[in-house]
Amino acid sequence: MTRRASAFLWRHPRVRLGGLLAGPVGWLVLAYLGSLAVMLLSAFWRLDPFTAEVVREPTLHNFQRLVEEPVYRTIALRTITMAAVVTVTCALLAFPIAYYMARVASARTRNILIVAILIPLWASYLVKVYAWRVILSQDGVLDWVLSPLHIDGPGYSLTGTWLVFTYLWLPYMIIPVYAGLERIPRSLLEASSDLGARSGRTFLKVVLPLVFPALVAGSIFTFSLTLGDYITPEVVSSTQFIGNVIYDNVGVANNLPFAAAFAFVPIGVMVVYLLLARRAGAFENL
Amino acid sequence: MTESRLTRILLRLGTAAVLVFIYFPLVVIAMYAFSDDVTQAWPINGWTTHWFRAAWEDEDVRSAFLLSVKAAALATVIALVLGTAASLAVARYRFFGRDAISFLVILPIALPGIVTGIALNAMIDTVFEPVGISFGLFTIVVGHATFCIVVVYNNVIARLRRVSASFEEASSDLGADAATTFRKVTLPALRTSLLAGGLLAFGLSFDEVIVTIFTAGSDQTLPIWIFTNLARPNQLPIINVVALIVIVISIIPVWLAQRLAGADDETTKRTAQIAGAG
Repeated sequence: MTRRASAFLWRHPRVRLGGLLAGPVGWLVLAYLGSLAVMLLSAFWRLDPFTAEVVREPTLHNFQRLVEEPVYRTIALRTITMAAVVTVTCALLAFPIAYYMARVASARTRNILIVAILIPLWASYLVKVYAWRVILSQDGVLDWVLSPLHIDGPGYSLTGTWLVFTYLWLPYMIIPVYAGLERIPRSLLEASSDLGARSGRTFLKVVLPLVFPALVAGSIFTFSLTLGDYITPEVVSSTQFIGNVIYDNVGVANNLPFAAAFAFVPIGVMVVYLLLARRAGAFENL
Repeated sequence: MTESRLTRILLRLGTAAVLVFIYFPLVVIAMYAFSDDVTQAWPINGWTTHWFRAAWEDEDVRSAFLLSVKAAALATVIALVLGTAASLAVARYRFFGRDAISFLVILPIALPGIVTGIALNAMIDTVFEPVGISFGLFTIVVGHATFCIVVVYNNVIARLRRVSASFEEASSDLGADAATTFRKVTLPALRTSLLAGGLLAFGLSFDEVIVTIFTAGSDQTLPIWIFTNLARPNQLPIINVVALIVIVISIIPVWLAQRLAGADDETTKRTAQIAGAG
């Protein structure tokens, strides 16, 4: 029996393929694409303010609210600006260490550094945010460290949030930039200096353009992760970001349709960002 | 271009500064876990291991820990089965829509976490609940398995690309049926990559919180327990201990996976990096 089944499978590769694909594709289409579809659909429903029940009739009510009430525009702009600033900061911080790993460090040191950067990446996101809550607290570790300089730490504020976001996503930038720098052939740099370019000029004209796609690849993570985070702002500041509005509407207000409508903003921003990133050649660096 | 002496020194300093920045919060939390003060005073006055016992004796922490382990184990098993099947299909067959599979697999972690979370929430709310499946272990596992598939998939497909399909053909030619070939040829070749992928999936699931909050209902996984107790000052010493434990539990699988993956190092790094997004 199993022999005949086996022979049948051998003669019919399409059946084998179907058997392999049925599970994963079925799961992802039903559980994930299905969920996304329900969410997109529910953005066009509305919450009846009197009964607090969801009315399942198509309406643009939620989108109208998003456009008309300026607070949501402010929050969307704040979130996107934060994502951009965090991305730039991460790029600036990632560059020296990535450069050191790719071009200066010995093979042994390089491997140790890669592990050293990857391990904290996995050390529980929430715990890291919590650690910063402790560090940023009044008379906490940061205030103590800065006190000899007579500077106050940022406390629970926008600056604090920026610091924590930068901390959280920095490794996502370091790894692709490192990989991008490592791929630049040494001969190109030698050619540049043979042709009389000083190292500053070589850096600007050769290294930077070649590593740019990798930088964009890293920025996809830093940008998308900032855009979708609601826990960090909640834990280390009291400022509202897109994620907080969505979270509050699902949890507290029980207004899933409005939350789903607001989710269109990060999705739209990410689609545009990914399209631009693809044109910059970032996808080969992921 | 060989870097000048000054550039090298500056790069070294920059590297050291970034490493200090990366590890500083982890060290701070590890120290607070042993602080004998109930308030989070700094500098720490005295040391104790008392809070470890207190955390162990806390019913809520224990049940949250158990739920996290259960959810991670179930999600890992599902991700292993589905991720391996998908990678076998993509690596061993040519078919229409093959590129779409990789895209579909990575989508749950490529979109911002809040989007995945609210999408699953909408699904559970409008489809699952009416048919009698309520928020709880099952819905947590559905969410976790969905974004864990990619870690297994990436690890296994990297291995399959290096192991020639002709071994499997030879096995069939020698008269082995499909099941025997899978058991004796395919599986042994994939063993370490499956183990690495499974460990990464477990680590990813164990500390995920952004999506889980939307799928757990009133159940608490360990990260959700931390999140809901942050506002309670008298719980902080126990949170410190739980935080330290979560760090250790999520780091060990990654460290092991790195060692196991060996030649697939590059892929594991990438996967580890991508999947850290949880």
